[in-house]
Amino acid sequence: MKGNENAINTANNSLISINGLKKYYNGEKVKALDGVNMEIKKGEVVVIIGPSGSGKSTFLRSLNLLEIPTEGKIIFDGVDITDPKTNINLHRRKMGMVFQHFNLFANMNILKNMTIAPMKLLNKSKEEAEKNALNLLNRVGLEDRASAFPSQLSGGQKQRVAIVRALCMEPEVMLFDEPTSALDPEMVGEVLDVMKALAAEGMTMAVVTHEMGFAKEVATRVVFMDAGKILEQGTPDEIFTNPQNPRLKDFLSKVLT
Amino acid sequence: MFDELRDKIMLCFIDNGYWEWLVEGFLHTVLITVFAVLLGLVFGVILAAVRSSYDKNEETLKLRGGIGYYLLKFFNAVCKIYITVIRGVPVVVQLMIWYFVILVSSKSDIAVAVIAFGFNSAAYVAEIFRGGIMSIDNGQFEAGRSLGFNYVQTMAYVVIPQTVKAVLPTLLNEIIALLKETSIAGYVGIMDLTKAGDLIRGRTFEAFIPLIAVAIIYLITVVVLTRVFTAVERRLRRNER
Ligand SMILES: Nc1ncnc2c1ncn2[C@@H]1O[C@H](COP(=O)(O)OP(=O)(O)OP(=O)(O)O)[C@@H](O)[C@H]1O
Ligand SMILES: [Mg+2]
Repeated sequence: MKGNENAINTANNSLISINGLKKYYNGEKVKALDGVNMEIKKGEVVVIIGPSGSGKSTFLRSLNLLEIPTEGKIIFDGVDITDPKTNINLHRRKMGMVFQHFNLFANMNILKNMTIAPMKLLNKSKEEAEKNALNLLNRVGLEDRASAFPSQLSGGQKQRVAIVRALCMEPEVMLFDEPTSALDPEMVGEVLDVMKALAAEGMTMAVVTHEMGFAKEVATRVVFMDAGKILEQGTPDEIFTNPQNPRLKDFLSKVLT
Repeated sequence: MFDELRDKIMLCFIDNGYWEWLVEGFLHTVLITVFAVLLGLVFGVILAAVRSSYDKNEETLKLRGGIGYYLLKFFNAVCKIYITVIRGVPVVVQLMIWYFVILVSSKSDIAVAVIAFGFNSAAYVAEIFRGGIMSIDNGQFEAGRSLGFNYVQTMAYVVIPQTVKAVLPTLLNEIIALLKETSIAGYVGIMDLTKAGDLIRGRTFEAFIPLIAVAIIYLITVVVLTRVFTAVERRLRRNER
């Protein structure tokens, strides 16, 4: 059974495959996710759009089990991570997550933020972890802030650090939940640039965002969610220039004006 | 007037060597407080760990099944009952129950007091730590988990260090309250600082001077404690602002 799934996954090159994913709150009152199916292939940049409360965050957070699905399966790297017997901690190492509010560890400086996980979880030496962290900081133009504490950085800087902190674990996929929504407008660009560079390097990404420009430019696929369901998906071109679903049309007419 | 005051002070502390009672009483007070604080911290942190582990993992454990959920639920309920009982019963009554009922055969009165005050303080310490843990933005916890840290690692590296800093002022209040609470140790025949003052009052028929002296000693102790804590806090803040 499990072997079978593995075979299918490798056959169609799927990194994450989501099957009938449901998440209910308060019994069955709130259906945050109401049967979502999706395949995410290696190197894909999937951008998830949809109105507020449509279940985008819940979907993304389910992928690394920050939310435990009520029903459904998530196969990551050929392993069913929704199986209670799976050690989720091992799989989370391979899924980087970037949050709306950055969530840098407030009790550690930037360098420590970036080295603690590789050192404690991947048994990297301090030297190796720091070298890698400084390299990454360099790439996002923040090498001079290595010894600063998160409270001393601007929002844009924090988010750039949050991205490279996740990269320090050398993840196979990066999940972004509205990474620019908490930023002042003038800082949105610097964070999107980092994400674009990451996409260009071939990182597999799932991004929830309201930045339609980013979706058009970077997405390999755009997914429209509403009321816990995927109503439409396609290339940016299909979604933005030739939407089919009336709800998507309505949504786009609101966000693209 | 000053001569009279001096005579009274001599009478209360020096002439009959009563100052030694004060010293002994103070040492007992300090002894009880220190060990009760330690016991309260250790046991209180254990209680808080159970309570907040339940709070933080309830949903996950429930959905991911397993006996762990029921075990934690059970221990959480036990801790909750313990905390409710301790907080609902006056410390004097608790002290007397330990002394006259549970540990009647104990050889050391001081040890009984340490146990009574320690297990009492634990309930408050537990709530302080639990409140502290809950006050740390859950995003910190989620960031730790998302990197692959397990629950215990996330708590140890990320949440607890921030919690300790956050609860320090409240913890100081608890320690000060405990120090002053030990003044009821006289109820079970322990000569603590308060009891010493009271004994001097009984012998000398002077109430004002010995009681003022006792009050001043408590006051100075509290002020010193506060100073030490403020210094520690400042240190922590400088280390990781
Ligand atoms: N812990 C929770 N308890 C109860 N309901 C919840 C919980 N989390 C989310 N929901 C509900 O689930 C639905 C989906 O929420 P979700 O946060 O996934 O939406 P979203 O698409 O990310 O919205 P936004 O664009 O505002 O971030 C909403 O109706 C929300 O109120
Ligand atoms: Mg959201």
